[in-house]
Amino acid sequence: METYLEVRWHGRAQQGMVTAAKVLGEACLIAGKYVQAFPEFGPERMGAPVRAYNRISDAPIRLHSQVTNPRYVLIADPTLIGVAGVTDGAPDDAVFIVNSPKSAKEMRQELGLGGKSPKVYTLDASKISLETIGRLMPNTPLLGALAKTTGIVTLDALIGNFKENYSKKFPPKVIEGNVAAMRRAYEEVKGE
Amino acid sequence: MAVTAHTKKAALTGNTAVAIAMKQINPDVYPAYPITPSTGIVEDFSGFVADGSVDTELITVESEHSAMSACIGASAAGARVMTATSSQGLALMWEMLYIASGMRLPIVIADVNRALSAPINIHCDHSDSMGARDAGWLQLYAETVQEAYDNVFMAMRIAENAKVMLPAMVCMDGFITSHAIENLDLLSDEEVRGFVGEYKGRNSLLDTDNPVTWGAMVLQDHYITFKHQQSEAMTRAKGVAAGVMKEFGEKFGRPYGLIDAYRLEDAEAAIVIMNSAAGTTKVVVDDLRKQGKKVGVLRLRLFRPFPFKEIADALRGVKVVAVLDRADSMNSFGGPLFNELRSALYDLDNRPKVMSRIYGLGGRDYKVKDAVEVFEELLNISKTGKIDTMTKYITL
Repeated sequence: METYLEVRWHGRAQQGMVTAAKVLGEACLIAGKYVQAFPEFGPERMGAPVRAYNRISDAPIRLHSQVTNPRYVLIADPTLIGVAGVTDGAPDDAVFIVNSPKSAKEMRQELGLGGKSPKVYTLDASKISLETIGRLMPNTPLLGALAKTTGIVTLDALIGNFKENYSKKFPPKVIEGNVAAMRRAYEEVKGE
Repeated sequence: MAVTAHTKKAALTGNTAVAIAMKQINPDVYPAYPITPSTGIVEDFSGFVADGSVDTELITVESEHSAMSACIGASAAGARVMTATSSQGLALMWEMLYIASGMRLPIVIADVNRALSAPINIHCDHSDSMGARDAGWLQLYAETVQEAYDNVFMAMRIAENAKVMLPAMVCMDGFITSHAIENLDLLSDEEVRGFVGEYKGRNSLLDTDNPVTWGAMVLQDHYITFKHQQSEAMTRAKGVAAGVMKEFGEKFGRPYGLIDAYRLEDAEAAIVIMNSAAGTTKVVVDDLRKQGKKVGVLRLRLFRPFPFKEIADALRGVKVVAVLDRADSMNSFGGPLFNELRSALYDLDNRPKVMSRIYGLGGRDYKVKDAVEVFEELLNISKTGKIDTMTKYITL
């Protein structure tokens, strides 16, 4: 089988999961990777569970099926745990990054992973986003946490892409807020 | 959208890529009635109009029937015309599709493939464009975002060729391609202008010095003559398409053909499939080849006109073939691609055994394991010489 890094994002509609996958894909593009970023839409209504996916590779990606065995799982809304199949298909070496004020140890229990090997990280992405962006946007801090805990993308690439691609769309204050959110998440994410 | 300042590399959704292709073509008229999952194309394009980056007249209409009617009127007036739609939208254009092709108007539309109601569903299958297969439109299909983007330019050139003069539909998979961000290389605006050129409509309604009548009634005396000419144009379109695709490859380094034959040279078993699922199937072919199994994929890029000779040549020597349709003809004898492809093989001396499998309707995922199962069944048939079930739904 061809080798890809596969990422699954869990959140609710309006929490920016599709955008998070997009921003990660763009940052990886700048780093010279081949990328896919795609959403899985169900009924289109606010608050509905949403999944988004990334595949990242050094070679062109031909696979066009859903990601079913994600190495990296990011959960923007902890109320989805136990109801949205967030651990489905995750392999033994999976990495979970969860928006939660709880410790990684507590989160491991909550996810029902028991003593299995997956790495679990937590950060209070909601709080970080409120204090930096001024809005509840847990997706941006999760990107910073992803840069810290995995080798998928560097914080510099994330910030560089954000400044390059979004400065036309957003005023400087929004750009600064998002960059600060990524930096803080990078510092604050903790795991086991 | 991401287009890096460092390279011409971009990471865009299929919808945005197609909208950019349309921007680079800068059509004269764009009747717009958005529908999921093609909405992104209309959304992005209307942004280009608002920003003044195109000269296009965007006409917001009240239905897809009106969108296609406006396309026809504008095209008959000599304009270069484009739009986008999906599913029920294409279905509502139905009677106007035949008028566009019968009047030989080279309108180019993007059809983002989506299932037809009922039950209501927004996700991918090919029922919409397959249903329009007899409407006299050229149809191009794309595996990737890159190819969807490239096909827009090729479709325009083929449609507007004086030997063809037929409308064209550029198809890509709803959500899987339309909403997926993938890497692609963009052409420069100059490259696009050089390739597509200027369009000069003939017998324009706006040429009041030389008034003409369009769409007059033609009865037993000439109707069949018109249809014969239309049919001849569709036949000529195949050669024109081959030429345009070759030229595109030579100019921009991305070679395309009417079909995409993947590892078929010595294949014993083959899957024939269209659009994004072909990529997944190619991954499986590489895996099975490593295990010594002689398998391959045939993907059609052009469905109208149907490249029957090229298909027969590519599958000559293959023992068993599964045609995977993402649409059903509801005829109890397999999908549309299966029926036409099997007919195309009829005159081969040693024709392969061919079976029909319907997959992925309404966006049902087509996974690696699905392709593996089909190949295993094919290789088994190759040994026994016997097909147990000619027509079957998979991915259920």
